Amino acid sequence: MNLVNSRPKSLTDKTMHYCPGCGHGIVHRLVAESIDELGVKDRCIGVAPVGCAVFSDSYFDFDMIQGPHGRGPAIATGLKRAKPDCIVYSYQGDGDLASIGMAEIVHAAARSENITVIFINNTIYGMTGGQMAPTTLIGQKATTAPKGRDPKVNGYPIRVSELLATLEGARYIERVSIDAPANIIKAKKAIKKAFDNQVNGRGFSLVEVLSTCPTNWGVNPVEAMKFVREKMMPQYPLGVLRDDNGGANVSRN
Amino acid sequence: MGEKTLMKGNEALSEGAVRAGCRFFSGYPITPQNEIPEYLAWRLPEVNGVFVQAESETAAINMLYGAASTGVRTMTSSSSPGISLKLEGISYCAGADLPIFFVNVVRGGPGLGNIAGAQSDYFQSVKGGGHGDYRVITLAPNSVHEMGNFPRKCYELAEKYRMPAMILADGILGQMMEPVEFEDEQPVDLSKRAEPAWALGNSAGRAKRVVSSYDLREGELEKLVNARAERYHAVEENEVLWEEHHTERMDILLVAYGTSSRACLEALHYAKEKGLSVGLFRPITLWPFPYRQLAAAAGRAKAVLTVEMSLGQMVEDVRLAVNGSVPVHLHARPGGGLPTGADIVAQAEKILAKQSCSCGGCK
Repeated sequence: MNLVNSRPKSLTDKTMHYCPGCGHGIVHRLVAESIDELGVKDRCIGVAPVGCAVFSDSYFDFDMIQGPHGRGPAIATGLKRAKPDCIVYSYQGDGDLASIGMAEIVHAAARSENITVIFINNTIYGMTGGQMAPTTLIGQKATTAPKGRDPKVNGYPIRVSELLATLEGARYIERVSIDAPANIIKAKKAIKKAFDNQVNGRGFSLVEVLSTCPTNWGVNPVEAMKFVREKMMPQYPLGVLRDDNGGANVSRN
Repeated sequence: MGEKTLMKGNEALSEGAVRAGCRFFSGYPITPQNEIPEYLAWRLPEVNGVFVQAESETAAINMLYGAASTGVRTMTSSSSPGISLKLEGISYCAGADLPIFFVNVVRGGPGLGNIAGAQSDYFQSVKGGGHGDYRVITLAPNSVHEMGNFPRKCYELAEKYRMPAMILADGILGQMMEPVEFEDEQPVDLSKRAEPAWALGNSAGRAKRVVSSYDLREGELEKLVNARAERYHAVEENEVLWEEHHTERMDILLVAYGTSSRACLEALHYAKEKGLSVGLFRPITLWPFPYRQLAAAAGRAKAVLTVEMSLGQMVEDVRLAVNGSVPVHLHARPGGGLPTGADIVAQAEKILAKQSCSCGGCK
C-alpha cells in the first residue's frame, strides 16, 4: 500500500477541540504544510493567541508561546529580534488583531518586522460566545448587537488588509478564504508565500483568511461556508492587496 | 572594583544593565526615565544587543515577553503610568516563570501627576500590581552607585528563582549625578552559558517547548501556583537585604527606603547635634520585606517613624513587622514632595515629647 497523504510533521497527533465546520483546523493544516514544505519546522516558533486558537500551542509540533489578547505581533517582534534565525509567526483572530491589538499589528507592519501573521476573520468573537467584532457585518447579529450591527450605534466593519496595505513596511498582504476546495488551495499558496517571504528576509507578511464560526453564527457548517461566499466576500473581497517585491532583502536579517 | 565615574542615575543603571549582560531592551518614552532608552539606543548595538522603541508600554512589555522566552537577558524601563500599562504583561511573565528585569523611575501620582520623584508606587510594586497571585523581587537603590550595580543582582535573582525582578527608583535617583563604581572588574560574559532548559528556539533533537501562563484543566493551575509559591518562600527566606545605621540603642527608629532614606541620613546628623538618639533602618529589598530584621531593630527603640514620599504605603509593612510592640508614626510627603532632615527631626522631637504629631501612629 502506498501512503498518499498524512498528517503534516508540524502538527501533533492531539485531537483538535474545534467545533464542526470551524475554519481553524483547515488553516492550522495549511500553516503546518507550509512550514514542512519550507523545511523550517525545527526553527519555527509560533505565537498562540487568546481565543479558541489558544490551544494551538498544543497542536503544532514546534516551540510555542501564548500571549495576551492583541499582543501577538509585539511578542513575535521580541522573538524574531532575539532569535533572527527562527521563523516566527503570530496567529490571531479578528477581535484580537483588529480590535484590542490594532496598534501592535499596525506598528509591526510599519517596522516591517520580518514575521508572518495569519489573521483569521470570522466576523465574531468565538471563544467568549459570539460578541460583536470590529469585522462584524452591517446587520449581522451578535450577542452584544442582538438586533444586528447598526452603524449608527456600532460603526462600520474594518477592512484590515486594505488598511495595512497602505504601509510601506507591509511587504505582502493577501486576503483568502477557506469556503471551498479551490479557495483552500489558493489560501495554502498565500500562507506558504507569507512564510517563504520571511525565510528570504523580505519583511512583514500577513494573510487574512475569511473563516467560519457556525456555532456563534447559529448555522450549520454548509450554511457557514455559504455565508462566507455570499455575505463576507462582498465586504471583504479576495485578492492580493500588496506584494512589494521591491522590499526584497532590504529588511533586517 | 573599577574606576569612579560621574554619571546620572538613569545612565548608570543602563550601563550597569549592559555590563550585567542585558542584550534586549524595549521601551516607550516617559519622563523622568528617558535617559535609559536614550543611552541604550546607542549602547546596546555596540554589544550586538537589540534596542526597540515600541509603539506603547503595552507593546514594549510584550516584546520583552517574547525576547525573554528565548533566554536572553532583557530589560524594560518606565515611570509610574507606564508601569501601570505594563502590568498585564508582567503578570504573564510571572505566570510563565520568565526571569524578566524592569525598572520603575517613579513620578508623582495618581494619574498624570507630575514628573517629580515619588514613592507612591510601593503597593503596585510589592503587593502584586497586576492580576493574579504573583510576586516581583523589588530592589530599592538610594544612590547612583546602587543604580549602577543593582541590575546584576536583579538578573541573578530573577534567573535563580525564575521570576520577574525590578528596581524601584524615583525621579530624583534617575536624574541626579553622583560617582558610580561598577563592582565587577569585567562585564558579565554569557556567551558560554548553556541555554536555559525552558528557552524557545531551535527545537531540533529535543521535545517542543511551550511558554504559557494558562492551564484550564481542573486543579492544575492551583498546583502550578502552589509550586511557584514554594520559590517565593525561598526568596523570602534567603534574599532579604537591608541596612542599619546607629540602631544599637536609640529612642526613635526611622524606617525609609530609596531617596527618603537619604533625607533620614541627613536627619541623623541633625538629631546628633540636638542630642537626640535616632537610628535608621533601610529596607533594600522591598519584596521580600525584612520583617524579622525590622522587628528586632524596632524592639530596641521607643517608637518608629516611617518616612515616605507617599501618603504612607510601606508603613503598612512596617506596622506588620513591628506588630504593636512600639508605636509606629508616619512622615508622609505625597505628590512629589521631598522630606528634609530638619522636618523629620522636628517630628521625632514631638513624638519623644509625647505630643501629637497628627500622623496615623498618634491617633
